[in-house]
Amino acid sequence: MQTPLAVEAVNLDKYIENGTDRLDILSSLSLQVPAGEKLAIIGSSGSGKSTLLSLLAGLDSPSSGKVLISGTEISHLDEDGRAAVRGRSMGFVFQSFQLLPSLTALENVMLPLQLAGRNDAKEKSIAALERVGLAQRLSHYPRQMSGGEQQRVAIARAFAPQPAILFADEPTGNLDEHTGERIVDLLFGLNAESGTTLILVTHDMKLALRCQRRLRLHEGKLHEEAAA
Amino acid sequence: MMAFSIAWRQLRSQWAAGEVRVLVLALVLAVAATTSVGFFTNRIESALVRQGGMLLGGDLMVNADHTIPDAYAEEAGRRGLQFTRATEFPSMVLHGDDSQLVEIKVIEAGFPLRGELTVLEQKVEPALMLTGGQVASGIPAPGTVWIEPRLATRLGVNIGDSLEVGERHFQVSAILQREPSRGGDMFSIAPRLMMNAVDLSSTGLVQFGSRVKYQMLLAGEGQAVEEYAAWLKAQLGRGERVQNVTDARPEMRNAMEKARQFLGLSAMVSVILAMVAMFLASQPYVQKSLDSYALMRCFGASRRFIFRILMSQTLLIATLGSGLGALLGFAAQAGLAVLASRLLVETLPPPGIMPAVAGLAAGFATMLAVVWPHLARLRDVPALRILRRDLGEQYQAHWLHFVPALLVLAVLIFWQAGYARLAVIVLLSLAGLLLAIAVLAWLGVRLLARLPQNVTGSWLLGVAALKRRPGLVVAQVLGFSLGLMALTLLAIVRGDLLASWQQTLPEDAPNRFIINIQPDQIERMKQFFNKHGLNQVEIFPMVRGRLLEINGKPLNLEDYQDDRARRLAEREFNLSWAADMQQDNQLLEGRWWQPSDHGKPMLSLEQGIANDLHLKLGDKLTYDVAGNRLELEISSIRKVEWDTMRANFFAVTPPGVLDNYPASHITSFHLPGGQEQLLNELVREFPNLTVIDVAALLDQVREIMNKMSHALEYVFAFSLLTGLAVLYAALVATREERVKEATLLRVLGASRRQVAQGLWAEFAIIGALAALVATVGAAIMAYYLSSQVFNIPYQFNLPGALGIMLLSALLVPLAAWLGMRRFLNQSPRTVLQSI
Repeated sequence: MQTPLAVEAVNLDKYIENGTDRLDILSSLSLQVPAGEKLAIIGSSGSGKSTLLSLLAGLDSPSSGKVLISGTEISHLDEDGRAAVRGRSMGFVFQSFQLLPSLTALENVMLPLQLAGRNDAKEKSIAALERVGLAQRLSHYPRQMSGGEQQRVAIARAFAPQPAILFADEPTGNLDEHTGERIVDLLFGLNAESGTTLILVTHDMKLALRCQRRLRLHEGKLHEEAAA
Repeated sequence: MMAFSIAWRQLRSQWAAGEVRVLVLALVLAVAATTSVGFFTNRIESALVRQGGMLLGGDLMVNADHTIPDAYAEEAGRRGLQFTRATEFPSMVLHGDDSQLVEIKVIEAGFPLRGELTVLEQKVEPALMLTGGQVASGIPAPGTVWIEPRLATRLGVNIGDSLEVGERHFQVSAILQREPSRGGDMFSIAPRLMMNAVDLSSTGLVQFGSRVKYQMLLAGEGQAVEEYAAWLKAQLGRGERVQNVTDARPEMRNAMEKARQFLGLSAMVSVILAMVAMFLASQPYVQKSLDSYALMRCFGASRRFIFRILMSQTLLIATLGSGLGALLGFAAQAGLAVLASRLLVETLPPPGIMPAVAGLAAGFATMLAVVWPHLARLRDVPALRILRRDLGEQYQAHWLHFVPALLVLAVLIFWQAGYARLAVIVLLSLAGLLLAIAVLAWLGVRLLARLPQNVTGSWLLGVAALKRRPGLVVAQVLGFSLGLMALTLLAIVRGDLLASWQQTLPEDAPNRFIINIQPDQIERMKQFFNKHGLNQVEIFPMVRGRLLEINGKPLNLEDYQDDRARRLAEREFNLSWAADMQQDNQLLEGRWWQPSDHGKPMLSLEQGIANDLHLKLGDKLTYDVAGNRLELEISSIRKVEWDTMRANFFAVTPPGVLDNYPASHITSFHLPGGQEQLLNELVREFPNLTVIDVAALLDQVREIMNKMSHALEYVFAFSLLTGLAVLYAALVATREERVKEATLLRVLGASRRQVAQGLWAEFAIIGALAALVATVGAAIMAYYLSSQVFNIPYQFNLPGALGIMLLSALLVPLAAWLGMRRFLNQSPRTVLQSI
């Protein structure tokens, strides 16, 4: 039996029009990500990696083409509709952590669970923070934590709702090498435990090599990278 | 509930970071200003009305041509008001073979309810009867009367002598020098004789058909008096009318009206400033919140959910700010009470809960109208902003977003000023000003762009910074200009305008009128005044006439809805003539006569009476003058400043028109304090003259002016604070961006000194531009307000304006530098981490 697709992109185009000029970022891009796969999208700076991620996650709409999440098309939904899909099935880890400065570590992790209306938000969040080794820092605010700690909170936040798909955008980009490695270990460890589909955007080949499949984005199209 | 909890947490964190603090501070000041001005205006007004009541003898007076119904007194008693009744009628009194027409006033114990009677109880020679009196401790004892000095002079009676009044003899027990209720038509007053009510029936003077005026005076707490007056007005029957002090004395009405306008203006300025401060402060607050809401959108929050968070936040800030503001406004009452005891003779009525409720409502309305439209756009922050920081950053406020603020402002202004015209003027000026500032700032930026590139050194940094972000410069100049303009306007209003107002009633304003001067006495009178150093005394002729017809149609009182118009039409006019228009009059319509118009049947009418009687240029009025019909055509309409206390006339003709009619003359003059003795001499030389003392009235008006200037200072303090809040908010609005830029410059190797100089240069230009706009705007507004609203002559104060301008141009960069200093003193690395 064929594994169902977690994410599918069909003939995606994304361009920016500026008067008569048109800048193509992605052209006729198609992609299939089976559930549970760990996929790395690599490419040089400015190649459109983040644009692709934003389209796949429904943060932005394509100029043409469609995106399906678990077989359901999301490209035609409005912002609120896509937000609901994100809330249900996606988790995010960003390069710049993106924690709300006004919330404690625990509250930051609880936020997506609460937004999804989950009653077990607190228990789940405490468990997730324990899992990333921050059981003692529940009531600390982001400004009281180091970059590595903040990213661990972000990882706990991403995994706590047990999303079907996890998007990670340069998760080690703002960290030193040592901390970065530990974060990557944590990320992949958790991913292995939960079986979440992981779509990782990075320019770091070393990081990409930890994924099952690597696609290079070049001139708006994806190219399969040979396994190392 | 979750939305509320997130809202609360965000608010707490942004409070700590400082963005919300300016917003809340501005709101607190706005609410405190409206609340306390509300408290203040109401309370001080009732205190002033009470003080004015001293001129009337009570807070309210009911007049009737028949006995006042007992029901009125019973109702007053039920409402806890004090009341007393009086009766007035003309009658002849006899002393030996001499007789004299007098105006008898019959009073009950307790009269007057406000103010006091001044009497002289020692026997002195008639020439000394005008001075040296004391406050009476009661009313004339039964069997005795008090008489005015001129009655004593005319009949040659003194204290202890007997007078025949109707069927009885009374002993004169005191000389009545001053009484509060002596208002009305001051030109037709026969001398006063005052007696006790218990004696009235025994005189046999009041019989069916007698011309008797019945009065009831009432006094009490402001609110109760107002409610009673409202009740009474619905009950009034034919021949009954009710007056308060402002109806009775136009001078008081004008003074109070101006006072109210001054207070209203200050309160308005506070509110406008607070709204500007709130708008400015909401901008960095919105900016800072962009990421948080983008993230929530990213995690699946719907627009509806974000709306709930934002609304909770708005309401939380509104509750916090309005609550604190109302408390502050209320606490200011304690200060006000202290102030009041220094300012006012009487204690203020206690504060009610209403101003606090109104203040809270105003706070919520302001927050929702000013901040919400801008905050609400956070609902539309794209989730993509998480990846693309530039999204949602460029926000151009749509003009529609300012409409709720303008509406709330209009309502608040109207509420505060209670005066639609003033509100409209302020709103229009504000709109015009915004446009002018935007144009000026735009021109300024264009000019900077043309500046030669060879400007060197750190100053270049500042100029370059201005060129880089013209939009920000315009916004900031706008904030600074409004703040500075309001402060300048207040300074002008407080100083120049108030001084101008007080000058309309200078120290040497006429405080005595003399009426009944006969034509053959004029020359001797002038000599008398010259001899005593009173040179500029003008004497005006006066002929009495009754209006019969308007444009050939008999006068019909039923045509006038207005009570005042009826009275004006009904009573005798004092017609006067003059070759030249009086200096304090202003020609509004038509033309003043030429020497060639001598004897032509022309008439110049005062604006107010022309309006009340619906008369216009070209109308023909027929008067009955001494039994003859006289037809006059209205050839001009004049505006008269009644509160200058000079003799003035509703109706004036050219010379030669009234020559053949019996005229008496009138003059007004200023008698310096301590020279009252002169009056005694005057009366001895011209026994037929009637001297009317308006010094007490003048003192009352002056007193109001003084109290108002104190009151204004108090309200001014709030305006000053809100003005400073605007300036601060304008600084904070762009601080973050400037700190980033300064840090970058330092990373690139600029010294602290260079960055600071750049900052000074930038803000000196912004400050100078704002100061220029503010000074010009404030001067124009002050001119407009003074000439069109307050009717006060206004002289532009150039040195003052330049001083304020210079100060502003220095103050702005200084404040900017102080605000940024701590960032400049840190290492670039620390600052980089903190942003």
